[in-house]
Amino acid sequence: MVTDERAEPTVVLGIETSCDETAAAVVANGAAVMSSVVSSQVDLHARFGGVVPEIASRAHVELLTPVVAEALVEAGIDGDGVDAVAATIGPGLVGSLLVGISAAKALSLVWGVPFVGVNHLEAHLYASFLEEPDLEPPLVVLLVSGGHTLLIAMEGHARYRLLGTTVDDAAGEAFDKVARFLGLGYPGGPAVDRVAMEGDPAAVDFPRAMLDDGFDFSFSGLKTAVINHVRKHPGLATADVAASFQRAVVDVLVHKARRAVRETGARGLCLAGGVAANSLLRERALDAAMEDGIRCYLPSRSMCTDNAAMVAAAGYWRLRSDGPSSLALGAAPNLRLALG
Amino acid sequence: MLILGIETATLQAGCAIGGHEGVLAEFHVSRGRRHAEVLAPAIEFTCRQALIELKEIGAIAVDIGPGLFTGLRVGVATAKAMAQALRVPMIGVSSLDLLAFPVRHTSKLIVAAIDARRSELFYAFYRQVPGGVQRQSGYQVGTADDLASELLATGHESLLVGDGAHRYAGTLGEVGGIEFGDAGFAYPSASALVELAHARALREEFVPTWELEPFYLRKADAEINWERRDAAEAS
Ligand SMILES: [Zn+2]
Repeated sequence: MVTDERAEPTVVLGIETSCDETAAAVVANGAAVMSSVVSSQVDLHARFGGVVPEIASRAHVELLTPVVAEALVEAGIDGDGVDAVAATIGPGLVGSLLVGISAAKALSLVWGVPFVGVNHLEAHLYASFLEEPDLEPPLVVLLVSGGHTLLIAMEGHARYRLLGTTVDDAAGEAFDKVARFLGLGYPGGPAVDRVAMEGDPAAVDFPRAMLDDGFDFSFSGLKTAVINHVRKHPGLATADVAASFQRAVVDVLVHKARRAVRETGARGLCLAGGVAANSLLRERALDAAMEDGIRCYLPSRSMCTDNAAMVAAAGYWRLRSDGPSSLALGAAPNLRLALG
Repeated sequence: MLILGIETATLQAGCAIGGHEGVLAEFHVSRGRRHAEVLAPAIEFTCRQALIELKEIGAIAVDIGPGLFTGLRVGVATAKAMAQALRVPMIGVSSLDLLAFPVRHTSKLIVAAIDARRSELFYAFYRQVPGGVQRQSGYQVGTADDLASELLATGHESLLVGDGAHRYAGTLGEVGGIEFGDAGFAYPSASALVELAHARALREEFVPTWELEPFYLRKADAEINWERRDAAEAS
């Protein structure tokens, strides 16, 4: 990582409100986490079986002030110690994004420091960098969450190539839908992970879609296969179904990620996004990396899910490459990763 | 004490700065729903033109609604973060109070009505009192027909202001003795916010930053549906 030894550290306050986590964090030089506070709204949305945008937006307004205050206190600084304020501008829920963006701009105005708009997907890519300071591109990043399934070649800071994405459901979405169908509750990822521990992953041979063609993914057929199979075999143990489903998802993810590393000549593989907290995915990715003699970076579980430390880190690099963002910047709910 | 007022509860976004000398600068824009894009640059510009540095601000006032949920949140999130960073207290004022205040010189019954979408309005009734207006009703949400029948029941000459009054002028106009405010009174005024907040600041009627919340006056749809389902299952 490039660091200017002579310069004072650049301290970035990051703010993340793109979905149902209200988060703030303080990070120095895009690498050293001074604090990272996440207030999850998962309990507010659980009874609806998914994130309700209006409820999420309301909760962000309520939670953001105390979360920012806590992040500053934990970092042991006040406004004078902040050199820039970064906030997620997309992709995400527009009403939720606007809360974080508005607060970030206000803080930057009062403190007289730059505001930096951050792409949430890029932020996820930086989660590994926070825990592995010697990590260096070129890397392949498998970004898997409730909203995204992306296989990315990261050639340098702010230089990416999209290798593949899902043609239908995101991996995390498949977990949520199958969990709901199996009556395992919300959020689906951790629920399936837990139940699958008790099940036999070889009980049902679910399809592995598009395994050898390209780097795109498809999970909607798998979800349908699970539903059909359970309807046909109602006596089947839920744990076996969950384990077999999870194995099918992980097989495809690891298979393609591995091939991507091989074909791009990357130094290593990084996992990112909420699904990267899945135990089987972590285990299989490590095994595969070991076999292939490449490094595998697994962010800690708290860095996989949405947090603001990754936003602050991505903001630091964006500030270095592009300078501050305009205060007239709005939310970009459908933002994609800037490729090139 | 200098007060920065932030107002984004309707299609309009605005801000104003003032204190005991009155309002020093004011900015409004009502072109498209771009509150988040417009507000921070507007505050920066307004401060600069008023020759005020943000550090001199002693309290942040904000229109807490009711109004457009997203606009409201942009204003409240901005105001809360500013108050937090400046370590100054806050003053929240209702959008309907802000609509009524500028027409306080009428002796008629003042009706402030904001377009609440979904064929409804947020509204409240006011009367002139020395130095301002006094609210005569609760803050309500209802259809234009609901408001029209309330107006009929009062039987008073009334002055209707706000974008809701204009939008439903047809229905409301059928009630006798009604006058509609000019287009200039269609949206809450940021300078009214500063004036009202200044009076409250003198009385030290502040709200701590962590306690100030938008006044939505309507629950989230998911919650309404949930309660309906709950009620249906219970009966
Ligand atoms: Zn995410």
